[in-house]
Amino acid sequence: MIKAWFKSGAPWIWLTAGAVSINLILVVGLLGLIAVRGLGHFWPADIVEYHYQDSKGQSIIIGEEVATALLPEAQAKAAGHEVLNNAEYLVQFLVKTGNRDILGSDFRWIQEQYIQQKTEPEDLIAIERREWGNFYGRLLAVKESGAVIAQGEQAWNTAQEKLLKLLELHDQVDDLQDHEVAAINYNLERLRLKQRALELKNQWNDTVSQEFAAQKQAYEQQYQAIQQKLAELNREIKRTSLVVVDANQKEISVPLGRVVKLTRPNAMSLFDKSIEYVSAFITFITDEPREANTEGGIFPAIFGTVLMVLLMAIVVTPFGVIAAVYLREYAKQGLITRIIRIAVNNLAGVPSIVYGVFGLGFFVYILGGSIDRMFFPESAPAPVFGTPGLLWASLTLALLTLPVVIVATEEGLSRIPKSIREGSLALGATKAETLWRTVLPMASPAIMTGLILAVARAAGEVAPLMLVGVVKLAPTLPLDGNFPYLHLDRKFMHLGFHVYDVGFQSPNVEAARPLVYATSLLLVMVIVGLNMFAIAIRNNLREKFRALEN
Amino acid sequence: MSELNSTQPHSSQLDMMASARYQRWRLLKDKLVARSVVVGGLSIIVAIVLIFFYLLYVVFPLLLSSHAEQVASYDMPEAAMGRTLLLAMEEQNQVAVRFTENGQAIFFNTADGAVISTENLPIPPQLTVTSFAHGDFDKAEVVYGLSDGRALIVKHQYKITYPGGKRQITPAIDYPLGNQPIVVDAAGQALQQVAVKVDDESSSLVAKTADNRILLVGLTQKRSLFDDEVTLERNDIVLEAAGHDVDFMLLDKEQRNLYLANRKGDLSIFDVSDKAQPSIKHKLNVMEQGAEVSSIEFLNGDISVLIGDNRGELSQWSMVRDEKNHFSVEKLRSFKVSGAPLVAINAEQRRKGMLVADANGNIGIYNSTAEREVLKNSVVKGKPAAVALSPRADSFLLQGDDNKVHFWHIDNEHPEVSFSSLWQKVWYESYPKPDYIWQSSSASNDFEPKMSLVPLVFGTLKASFYAMLVAIPLSLFGAIYTAYFMTPRIRQYVKPGIEIMGALPTVILGFLAGLWLAPFVEAHLASIFSLLMIVPLGVMIFAFFWQKLPEHIRYLMPDGWNAVVLIPVIIFCSWLAFAISPGIEALCFKGDLRAWMSSEFGIGYDQRNTLVVGLAMGFAVIPMIFSIAEDAIFSVPKHLTTGSLALGATPWQTMTKVVLLTASPGIFSAIMIGFGRAVGETMIVLMATGNTPVMDLSIFQGLRTLSANIAVEMPESEVNSTHYRVLFLAALVLFMFTFIVNTLAEMIRQNLRQKYSSL
Repeated sequence: MIKAWFKSGAPWIWLTAGAVSINLILVVGLLGLIAVRGLGHFWPADIVEYHYQDSKGQSIIIGEEVATALLPEAQAKAAGHEVLNNAEYLVQFLVKTGNRDILGSDFRWIQEQYIQQKTEPEDLIAIERREWGNFYGRLLAVKESGAVIAQGEQAWNTAQEKLLKLLELHDQVDDLQDHEVAAINYNLERLRLKQRALELKNQWNDTVSQEFAAQKQAYEQQYQAIQQKLAELNREIKRTSLVVVDANQKEISVPLGRVVKLTRPNAMSLFDKSIEYVSAFITFITDEPREANTEGGIFPAIFGTVLMVLLMAIVVTPFGVIAAVYLREYAKQGLITRIIRIAVNNLAGVPSIVYGVFGLGFFVYILGGSIDRMFFPESAPAPVFGTPGLLWASLTLALLTLPVVIVATEEGLSRIPKSIREGSLALGATKAETLWRTVLPMASPAIMTGLILAVARAAGEVAPLMLVGVVKLAPTLPLDGNFPYLHLDRKFMHLGFHVYDVGFQSPNVEAARPLVYATSLLLVMVIVGLNMFAIAIRNNLREKFRALEN
Repeated sequence: MSELNSTQPHSSQLDMMASARYQRWRLLKDKLVARSVVVGGLSIIVAIVLIFFYLLYVVFPLLLSSHAEQVASYDMPEAAMGRTLLLAMEEQNQVAVRFTENGQAIFFNTADGAVISTENLPIPPQLTVTSFAHGDFDKAEVVYGLSDGRALIVKHQYKITYPGGKRQITPAIDYPLGNQPIVVDAAGQALQQVAVKVDDESSSLVAKTADNRILLVGLTQKRSLFDDEVTLERNDIVLEAAGHDVDFMLLDKEQRNLYLANRKGDLSIFDVSDKAQPSIKHKLNVMEQGAEVSSIEFLNGDISVLIGDNRGELSQWSMVRDEKNHFSVEKLRSFKVSGAPLVAINAEQRRKGMLVADANGNIGIYNSTAEREVLKNSVVKGKPAAVALSPRADSFLLQGDDNKVHFWHIDNEHPEVSFSSLWQKVWYESYPKPDYIWQSSSASNDFEPKMSLVPLVFGTLKASFYAMLVAIPLSLFGAIYTAYFMTPRIRQYVKPGIEIMGALPTVILGFLAGLWLAPFVEAHLASIFSLLMIVPLGVMIFAFFWQKLPEHIRYLMPDGWNAVVLIPVIIFCSWLAFAISPGIEALCFKGDLRAWMSSEFGIGYDQRNTLVVGLAMGFAVIPMIFSIAEDAIFSVPKHLTTGSLALGATPWQTMTKVVLLTASPGIFSAIMIGFGRAVGETMIVLMATGNTPVMDLSIFQGLRTLSANIAVEMPESEVNSTHYRVLFLAALVLFMFTFIVNTLAEMIRQNLRQKYSSL
């Protein structure tokens, strides 16, 4: 009976169906995992107060419960834990206790069996600070210039008001530093390079020298003025501070100027939390990173990724389209096209790290080195283009994504019915005109598809970028208000590399993990979205041409 | 009307003229476009060829053979001042020094032998020089042993200035331990052999006196806190006799090991790290019957001793430690230089190489790690009197017995690379036996770079093997079902759905593998393995009972919906696997599978291991294999399958006997392309393994792949150094491998396409 069943082949069919199901479960599970973890990052978590009694005595722990782990009894004992009451499992909670400046680390594992009481009092506050991570505790008072200005229940409202004002001041400081001071520094550096260039050309003389000195003087004066303004602002910022207590009633003063956000999550309603959620997400996307990238936002990484991908698209499109046009419209199908197809497939199959090696050696050292020698002798020995940067990263990725554009465009071209070309040629158009006026416009959605797929591929590629221009923290964006505005030689940040760097190279991986999930989610959303868009265009196109053929 | 008629030819002629120009312009444009499109198309081939040749261009210098050529030759400077004891050169190869037996240091220009300056060393006039030795080359000190039991330590140094933008090197002599000879033997016996090492704080002097005592003087410099006055604290020891006479003495730079040897090949090694209590460590004979030691020198790093004999053989000996922590002295390798006695050995100061001169005036350059003879040249006729190798090992001075000095340039950029050092076991210094090791760099100059690509290739293949083990069944079975059994309505969602997996950035898969999957697998190891058993079994059992169900329930499921029906089944089976595993673990493995494995079989467990990489990378490869294999199966002409079904074959029989056979080249190329992808994958292995270049078959150990190695080391490797070129070689290996795999796969696919179109 079973033998007959096996002979019918049905079990094997079920087994192959099982493989499909597993694949689907894996895809959905993976996307779900990233989505849940990434989205959870912004939700204001409740702060829990534990009364804890273990072998070291009694203590109070305040923090967010981050994770739960079940350890079977035997494994727990092997790891050196005591298991009370003959429990089958040892239940452990990972608590984000914050207060790294006091406790030494942000996280702590606690065991459920030792928890005596677990409450969520409404007066617990979470302070997001510019350094040392979060603080959890209670607010006692607000001080200004050393004098207490608010206490008790009033302290909370006063603190919020003051914080808003200080954040505005902070924005002004950042603005001054990022734009005005940076611009002066940039101009001074350009002045220095100009001087060096003139010296190299033997055109440096007294008149020029005086001119330069005057310019320098002017910049110096501007700089002094800004410094004064900055000092004033900083004095204002430093005036206010919060008096808070931690879990063990230790009194601590937190300068309000070092605070980014002040929340009382336990007192928030669901609506409040939702608003908080959205604002946290917006901050994440628009803010600069803090604390070695483990806190704050990822704006520079998003910006760098987009800019690099745009540059890449500008380079890769013409090359990819021309190659596809050659393969489909011009070349005689034969040995040459076979070889080109093999070359295209090889370009697609060469490991991306090899492109990185090639980009580093060929683009950066050979091309970049020659450009430096020819056009920027004044900045030697500091390299301008002879070092990894935005331009070389874009070119390397353009080479990497070339096959994607070629394959997609070729597919689009192959779907255009012959009759259309023949019609155009019969009306007297030359081959080039046919191509330009009819074939390419009809293929443009396919080209678009290829481009989108290429962009999606490039946005997620990290390995080659590690060699040709991505850095963990770029001091300046590659696009700014200083001439020539677009700085192709600058290094940049990248979402994918950000994930790698923060997840694996950061000093505080545990604290950074939610941020990495959030970054991953953003990246995955962008890439999956682009891919779905491309697939939709492609399907649409297929339908259209099917109608045309009939 | 007539007007119109009369004007018309006029304008049409104009039109024609204009249009003739226009037509020409159109044709020209057409031709231009055609040309540029052709160029654009061919540029794809150019691109791939360029990548290949560029990689080759960087790797190529590794393959070039070295050569040396004579630059200058002149009479020995100041020949009247006596025999040469030592020649030495400074960093820039511009200035050399000659120490004479009469106690002079003569600095001269290497290019023409012109004397720059002569220094008379403060050797008391009534004494004669009875012995001489050089110390550490880096610190450039030498020692004169004198006939009254005293020794003078001298240092030659060079100051570089740039007056007027031109480099000028000013040589000088310095006395690190004072310009008065130091009393070594209080009894006043002549010092027949000396050895010295000077350090910032402590220095050691070893000497053999005329009455065969071995004296060891340790000098510790004490700098006073208040002024710069230096006081020397000394520590005198008479070494217990080695039991053989001593013709050669070497003291290593750590001042820890003292090597005493004689011509017959007796070698004793003393531990002198504790100056108060030196002890003998080893005693052995290093010569075959009848051979005699003719010269002896440290290899850079002072861990190995190079011994040259009178038959022209050079051997390298080193103290190695085995697994049980026993030290022994082993002969790591030997080179046959010539048939004549080897009179001088000069170790390179930055690499594990050496220049050897024999009694017939031939020189040979060898590299110990690469175990290769880099070059051999005849420089003079007759026995060389002195040989000096420059600090950068790019030139040497040789003084012949005719008192002529020959200045040679050496072009020897990458001696440490050879076929054997890249691909075969190498016996590295201090290692118990020859092994494959990748350990490319370190901060110190005497580090022996270990650049065996074997552990990396091994890691690459190991990671891809496990990835394929995960990916092939899932993707091929999936492709078979999706292409052949699945209803088109679901297929149009499932196929892109799985293909989108392939678009996921590998950095995200790597991140999840390293930070989520690795701890998860570590905590649920038993569950992962039971999952492998329970899920297929569960699917089969479900299928069996499904077929037993009454028909009206079975017919609720339309044809080709099996995969959808199975989703809850598989989720249930997975839950079951996780639920029962702790029980099984408690029952069979004492509650902890990992502890059990390590206690029963000694299998260690790394958190980031091959299993994790296999799962993550398998996941990354699935969509690629799935997509291509599905295409191949789906495009098998329909008349073949309908024919088979019409002849009475079951769908499964049709699948295995007709469809799979026809599509097999396509499936094969899908697997090849997937394999190529797995081999080159970087981010997943970088993040999900510990990146330890070990050669271990265990699935629970980490690994390092070629690609991850490039990603880790390329940013910090110095441009055009050997390390840089070897990393390019690794990239070239990856390129070649994927090139072959992809070309083969693509050719198979092209043939298959032609076959289908003819069917």
